[in-house]
Amino acid sequence: MTIDHNRRDFLLRSCSSITAVWLSAHWPALLSAATHARAAAQSPAATKLEFLTPEQAKEIDAITARIIPTDETPGAREAGVVYFIDRALATFAIDDQKTYREGLPEIQARAHELFSELGKFSAASPEQQDQILHSFDEQATSDRRPYRPRAAAESFFDTLRLHTIVAFLLDPDAGGDPNGVGWKVIGREREHVFEPPFGYYDKNYPGWQPVSVSNKVKS
Amino acid sequence: MTPEQPKYKTSDEVDFVVVGSGAAGGIIAKELSENGFRVVVLEQGPYLTEADFTHNEVKILSEDLLTNHPKLQPNTFRKTPDEKAKQQRAVVYGRLVGGTSVHFTANFWRLHEIDFVERTKLGPISGTGFSDWPITYADLEPYYTKVEWEIGVSGLAGASPFDPPRSKPYPMPPLPTKASGVIFEQAARKLGWNPFPAPMAILSQPRPGRSACVNCGFCLAFGCEVGAKSSSLASAIRMAEKTGRCEIRPNSYVHRIALDANGRATGALYFDAQRNAHLQKAKAVVISANGAETPRLLLLSANKQFPNGLANSSGLVGKYLMLNSGAIAVGVFDQPLNDYKGFAVSRILHDFYELDPHKVGFYGGGGLDARFDQTPIGFATGGLPPGTPRWGKEFKSALAHNFTRTMEVMSHGTSLAVESNSFSLDPELKDAWGLPALRLTYKDHPDDLKLATWLNARALELLDAAGAQKKWSFPIEEQQFAVHLLGTCRMGNDAKTSVVNADHRTHDVKNLFLCDGSSLVTSGRGQPTMTIEALAFRAADRIRDLAKRGELNA
Repeated sequence: MTIDHNRRDFLLRSCSSITAVWLSAHWPALLSAATHARAAAQSPAATKLEFLTPEQAKEIDAITARIIPTDETPGAREAGVVYFIDRALATFAIDDQKTYREGLPEIQARAHELFSELGKFSAASPEQQDQILHSFDEQATSDRRPYRPRAAAESFFDTLRLHTIVAFLLDPDAGGDPNGVGWKVIGREREHVFEPPFGYYDKNYPGWQPVSVSNKVKS
Repeated sequence: MTPEQPKYKTSDEVDFVVVGSGAAGGIIAKELSENGFRVVVLEQGPYLTEADFTHNEVKILSEDLLTNHPKLQPNTFRKTPDEKAKQQRAVVYGRLVGGTSVHFTANFWRLHEIDFVERTKLGPISGTGFSDWPITYADLEPYYTKVEWEIGVSGLAGASPFDPPRSKPYPMPPLPTKASGVIFEQAARKLGWNPFPAPMAILSQPRPGRSACVNCGFCLAFGCEVGAKSSSLASAIRMAEKTGRCEIRPNSYVHRIALDANGRATGALYFDAQRNAHLQKAKAVVISANGAETPRLLLLSANKQFPNGLANSSGLVGKYLMLNSGAIAVGVFDQPLNDYKGFAVSRILHDFYELDPHKVGFYGGGGLDARFDQTPIGFATGGLPPGTPRWGKEFKSALAHNFTRTMEVMSHGTSLAVESNSFSLDPELKDAWGLPALRLTYKDHPDDLKLATWLNARALELLDAAGAQKKWSFPIEEQQFAVHLLGTCRMGNDAKTSVVNADHRTHDVKNLFLCDGSSLVTSGRGQPTMTIEALAFRAADRIRDLAKRGELNA
């Protein structure tokens, strides 16, 4: 039949063998966004931008570095977030171009409004930068709404926040940061095939026993 | 090797057209084609396979790769019939071959005996359509067993003192115990409750062409890349295809059931991927389009003979919608659980399945489960404790600490059938095909909210007993987003108070059958898919017998 069927059959045969074989899916646009980000992270030379101008990229990089800052562990900058966003805006997030075009000047204007000496967000101190971003963040704390449709991000800051999180935490083998920086930070192992025990609390678990049996064991 | 699927002509009158390829449609197609009937399954979504699935959260969660798309098929919502509904996303279901069973969490609870006869035991509840089923647990038991063995369910028979009787053990042992399961089990036992291994429609042992679970942790909202999750796609659909008599026709959006002058169904009218209109002729029609789309299709099929919608002489098509009540309590622990590994749930308890209304002051009952079903981006945007900053250093450190140390205790419970809770056609909004959009009307019965609050208090007690470092819960609010789609074409013996009879045959059209979540009379205590699948096995038996006796041609 179709190629899809052959691929499926191949996948299933592979997975039914003694050790499960993991085949990552193919998402050309996202993979190329990730490859782009990796090239950028590894290369000392300036990487070609697809949508943002170098000046815009510098500002976006500065903002994302406050959203997920670099401290004892790597942050948005080390994960190449700005390059992911740039490629995303040229491909699968094309609808958000307008938000960026209109939003970035507002951030610059706010920077100048709050700190008259500032021409650009990127020139501000980290404390000043946080203050500028807080002035855009009406919600401030997490929205605590799982299992519900999440409203699309409405403001530029919300959009950029969401894109930063996505770029930082998307599966490194399915289009995310190929170095897996974000997953390392949150402690999510990169593999997709695991064996128990999984964590601390199930390490010495003896297996399920009926109450009467386990009571006997205790007494 | 899967034999080549037949390609039936639309003008070729097949024995059955089945609308929908999900939990119910897949099984009905399998059973009828295995019994020698020629079957066409019309599925509105695409035919994706394991090779198309991915752990890419953007594709799955933001781009609705596996589900109905709010731009193509927008919805409206209102709480009560006197309000004008406003446009918002109100329902989510799987829109692909395999339906919602592709992306579900795979909790597979049987109903208990009480679920079928609770109205008789407790008496009427005013303002509701609380009713007994026309069948009992004993009628459905052989089919529950069939689901477990044929579709693939892991679990441990006899582990729960509250379990209903069963004719056979599970075909395979439970999945491994996650850290959340160990914590839940130890705390629950401290409280004198009876935790037990969760029955899951996920393989703990391989089956031909399907891998055992590899514990990747991407269950909820994702398709399983190794065929371990027992979706219709991984199980029933493949078996139907093997017969060589069943054609799965994806990208086929059914918008009307065709009828002849005598009021008999003659087939299904649908749009193909290019939006060309077709009529697939059939001797009989089974609609398994889910508890939202099945009533919508009946309402869309109104004509002169059936001005209020097809099979709607009772006026109940789309009504008595039940979504299941629920709550989520969250605990953070000192040490890593790494509960992102594995699958969603490894322990549950049913001690509160049947609460005494005289003692607690409301109707209802439910179960608790131990779970973590969040993926990294979802967790970062919705899984942190209230008050955590949304960005910056504190956000990052909360994320880094909590992702591996969080678990949830989720409550699942009854919903009472209220007539005004419904799916109907929006009078103004249209979908991308120009068809009236789905309108959800829903306001939880006060008892449902009391139950959710009561169960959540037990969940928090459990997290306390477990020694959680931090605990909180999500606010219990009236629902306005539908996932479990139950009761909208209810089953019953009386044509005035139900839409289908105990054979899933509509009271009004003799060769039209409905089987999916819409058939349920009561909501159960959550996790309805197991019951939907058992009903589908049973319905297929009844339909086969009627067809073999020639009763569908009469």
